[in-house]
Amino acid sequence: MADELTSADVRKVARLARLAVSEADAERYRVELAAVLGYIERLREVDVSGVEPMAHVAGETNRLRADEPGPTLANEVLMGMAPASEGAFVKVPKVLGDGGGA
Amino acid sequence: MSGVGEIARAVAAKEASAESGVRAALDAIGARDGELNAFLQVFDEHAIEQANILDARLAAGEDVGPLAGVPIAVKDNICTREGRTTCASRMLEGYRSPYDATAVTRLERAGAVIVGKTNLDEFAMGSSCEHSAFGPTRNPHDTGRVPGGSSGGSAAAVAAGMVPAALGSDTGGSVRQPASLCGVVGLKPTYGRVSRYGLVAFASSLDQIGVLAGTVADAAAVLEVIAGRDERDLTSVTRDDADFAGEIGRGAAGLTFGVPAIARHPSVHPETARVFAEMVEKVRAAGARVVEIELPHAEHGVAAYYIVAPAEASSNLARFDGVRYGRRADIGAGGTLDELYTRSRSEGFGHEVQRRIMLGTHVLSSGYHDAYYVNALRVRRRIKEDFDGVFASGVDAVLTPTCPSPAFRIGEKAGDPLALYLEDLFTVGANLAGVPAVSVPAGMAHVEGRELPVGVQLVGRAFGERALLGAASVVEGVV
Repeated sequence: MADELTSADVRKVARLARLAVSEADAERYRVELAAVLGYIERLREVDVSGVEPMAHVAGETNRLRADEPGPTLANEVLMGMAPASEGAFVKVPKVLGDGGGA
Repeated sequence: MSGVGEIARAVAAKEASAESGVRAALDAIGARDGELNAFLQVFDEHAIEQANILDARLAAGEDVGPLAGVPIAVKDNICTREGRTTCASRMLEGYRSPYDATAVTRLERAGAVIVGKTNLDEFAMGSSCEHSAFGPTRNPHDTGRVPGGSSGGSAAAVAAGMVPAALGSDTGGSVRQPASLCGVVGLKPTYGRVSRYGLVAFASSLDQIGVLAGTVADAAAVLEVIAGRDERDLTSVTRDDADFAGEIGRGAAGLTFGVPAIARHPSVHPETARVFAEMVEKVRAAGARVVEIELPHAEHGVAAYYIVAPAEASSNLARFDGVRYGRRADIGAGGTLDELYTRSRSEGFGHEVQRRIMLGTHVLSSGYHDAYYVNALRVRRRIKEDFDGVFASGVDAVLTPTCPSPAFRIGEKAGDPLALYLEDLFTVGANLAGVPAVSVPAGMAHVEGRELPVGVQLVGRAFGERALLGAASVVEGVV
């Protein structure tokens, strides 16, 4: 799969990840990603038939905590972190009509 | 700089003030950090204020805790209300956290004083500290070389005697590898041992906060304070097995070290191989058993890691969108939300971070998900089972070099991501399996007329830090 990585693949992945990649960058990323993907191919040597995938090592599953009110961060503190705001709202470009696409 | 235990004892006994210890740290930082760039921020005034508060409490007869007056540095991907938390990224250049990480809160409650935030590879992605948006950190043993990474600033700060201990984070070796390259102790605890609340997430199933310190005992003293369950990180646990220093100073008798074949991997530098072989002989001579063991999937760790970690990173770093916090691109009037996301992310993230996000997005994308990601998770289970088998056979710690070679020159591996990823050959296994591991200085390599530190890594049983640090003290004792 690594051999087949094209700059179109890189642009597609960049698009999915919401990253802007220039033509020159796309070629650099293609070469670097192909090298890493080529190395990763060695995992195919491992016989993993019948092995359950392990996404996480912790044996514990979901824990519930008591639903009790506790201290929270103040609204103005959190709003103060937003790079653009208006009144009580975080400001973003228009998302409906022709402003969307995200 | 004195050690953690020495400072805390002297301050608690009022033989020295907290202020004098903090001033000594600030002076050492001032004297050498222009050259090393270990710190992104130094909390001069705040640290002195905190020390003065401690001294006043001590004068009033209070017990201020087991780390009384100990100056500690914190990696800048761990949130502090004081100063900024940048992750060495343009994305968070001006970010001020509204809360402290649990590990930071616990350090301060134990009497420690945070003196500043240390440099790292951006978002902890790298093994050299060269991928910081704010310039590389330099290795105190040779300023033309890297300190390792990603906790390179913390390792350099301890190695240069600026602080006796520092917090780092370790996702694939980011505490142990810089510890090895800088000649200090680096401990990655068991997954779940330390709360990750306030650690900026990189790969959540692998991330763990760790400690860099001058000695094994000092690392244990810091772990004692930061370990334990926290309701704000539901993966954190408390076990009734604290007293992490309890076996430090034990003899070598009765210890079994296992050396896997991968310890003699062809990529290991001849000087690293020599230091490792000499250390093995010394622990054997001291009375420990050293046996050959099998870790059949160790060679596949790096490949599995470079699927799992970028996959999780691509998801975790999706939160940086230019809307709620962090960098927001100026897209002018009429720009779309999509342009805002894309431009903010491209301007905010450096090349290495963008590459890892793309790698992670690729291995998770439709058509590749099973072949890459799910397959890597199966290999991950094999790797964990390998460790389980070794420990079940009576091995107390798995012994390898911490990394394949001593510190390399700044720029030497730039443009070759794969070469840099192979730095993680010995370290990723402990993260994939969730077990604790520690790097201990083992000797010096002679490279191009320089003396460069070489560390050995000990990997132990899950939640077996007390035994692991006991074994590490045996290595420390024979070197």
